[in-house]
Amino acid sequence: MKLSVEELKKKADEIRILVLEMVETAGGGHIGGSLSAMDVMTALYFRIMNIDPKQPDKPDRDWFILSAGHKAAGYVPVLAERGFFDKDLLPTFNQLGSPFGMHPDMHKIPGCEASTGSLGHGLPIAVGVALSLKLDSNPARVFCLMGDGETHEGTIWEAAMGASQYKLDNLIGIVDYNKCSMDGPIDQVVSLEPIEDKWRAFGWRVIRIDGNDMAQVVGALEDASVPQGKPTVLIADTLKGKGCREIEGDYHWHYGVLGSERLDRTVRELKGGSNG
Amino acid sequence: MAKDMRDIYTDTLLDLAKTNPSICVIEADLMNATGTRAFKEAYPDRFFDVGVAEANMVGIASGLSAEGKIPFAATFGTFASRRVYDQFFLSANYARLNVKLVGTDPGITAVYNGGTHMPFEDIGMMRLIPDLVIIEPCDLVSLEKLVRQAADHYGCVYIRLHRKGSHTLYDADESIELGKAKVLRDGSDVTLIASGFVLVPEALKAAELLEAQGVSTAVIDMHTIKPLDEELVAAYAQKTGAIVTCENHQVFGGLGSAVADSLTGGRPVPMERVGSWNKFGQVGNLEYLQEAYGMTAREISARALKVIERK
Ligand SMILES: Cc1ncc(C[n+]2csc(CCOP(=O)(O)OP(=O)(O)O)c2C)c(N)n1
Repeated sequence: MKLSVEELKKKADEIRILVLEMVETAGGGHIGGSLSAMDVMTALYFRIMNIDPKQPDKPDRDWFILSAGHKAAGYVPVLAERGFFDKDLLPTFNQLGSPFGMHPDMHKIPGCEASTGSLGHGLPIAVGVALSLKLDSNPARVFCLMGDGETHEGTIWEAAMGASQYKLDNLIGIVDYNKCSMDGPIDQVVSLEPIEDKWRAFGWRVIRIDGNDMAQVVGALEDASVPQGKPTVLIADTLKGKGCREIEGDYHWHYGVLGSERLDRTVRELKGGSNG
Repeated sequence: MAKDMRDIYTDTLLDLAKTNPSICVIEADLMNATGTRAFKEAYPDRFFDVGVAEANMVGIASGLSAEGKIPFAATFGTFASRRVYDQFFLSANYARLNVKLVGTDPGITAVYNGGTHMPFEDIGMMRLIPDLVIIEPCDLVSLEKLVRQAADHYGCVYIRLHRKGSHTLYDADESIELGKAKVLRDGSDVTLIASGFVLVPEALKAAELLEAQGVSTAVIDMHTIKPLDEELVAAYAQKTGAIVTCENHQVFGGLGSAVADSLTGGRPVPMERVGSWNKFGQVGNLEYLQEAYGMTAREISARALKVIERK
């Protein structure tokens, strides 16, 4: 599937609505980081990645590892919309016996490659998958989505060093740089700056984009997919809560539920394509 | 608004900090979950948020302690145990320092955060660290008293902290002593030894169920899991001849194992254990998870009847 940039924009907003409605039914969810990363996830699943929902395990598929597992509230609707399972299942999110909880379970969610939720685990796993694909001369690529706060974890940087040592040019990291962690604006908790220099110093090719601008997201992901002898990281500048104007950029909205009035207003806006 | 357990934790630290300039709080991007923002506001110089970096947090806490501070470091119980174990083991404990590590959301109280966030193994891991003190308070009153004693005790302490919600099982003036279990009710047929916010009340309910069937039931709050109150365990083993342990943890390595370990050196009696049996965590509300892992008064009383038969 290869949607155009215009179609992808629309798709991302449609999935944002699915996320917000799902979280509303569940009574809570990690809205902020799910919405900020939605443009990246939509571009990956509806244009960039070689995947087949009918054969989630096909050997030449591209891999997506959600390192920031709490973004499951965004990830699960993307998989549903892409056809990995029935959208009717979404309202069970976080209900008893549901395949979907606050953190994704690879044994319950078709298409999910790793059970994450403890931050800092995904990138090392992605490095291992990328190494294994190389061993098999498999041309598939590995995309790994990290939260910015998540990159406080030492394991991210241990993996970053390993990835460049092994020249993993089939590995593409994306940092959802929404400038917020849980306790506050990230610069007031522990700053990541100078973020580009850090990744470059660890041996990565760095591409900086507006992660909520679909044309830039697509351009960068396509660019990153051309192997250049080293791993690539996209530093995607985003807004936490992107698409729900009333909460955008506010770290307090890491986890929550909009409430019916705010939800209605947001859904109306998103349907009008106000997300640009 | 009623105070949560975490508010009492923070209030106690605030009070201690008034007279003890060494008390520090250290967080790993979960200040709002642990509830220590008030400490940050009152003592900004003695509050450190290291970001989402738990192993680093425990290393830094160890350094603070080496230089004479008394750091209280907190994160979810899974990360406070599995994620930081080597740092806590070596940098803090092996170094004989004075680090207080708090693991929140014990066992099934992680509810909707699910399996990645549900610590059923932290007590087991911590019990293997020589000389470490492990506490799991069951109510507001004992929480406050035990946090104070943890601060006064020189040495590392692991505090298993129930975060949201609260209740009181003790009178405000009850004496609670680190290392000394509390007998909540006396009995002669069976002893229920429980720890924590969920299972001490369940054990008390189970005792009611059992008494209604004519079974005289003792209930002990084992708020300090290490060092275990071996004297009291031995005394009640003799007195009632049967024990059921009740914990919000795997039955392997936790309270049940601690009680059994202690009795093997003396005069063992038949025991049954209530807790998670070799299972990973999962998503659910508290009620559902209590059923799923058999952490209910009903299960405790069934085990009690069974253990009595084995006498
Ligand atoms: C190892 C670990 N520590 C702490 C947490 C709790 N936690 C969940 S999300 C989060 C903040 C993450 O911030 P970021 O990666 O920036 O996520 P985003 O803003 O994109 O949602 C924290 C501390 C966790 N899930 N795992």
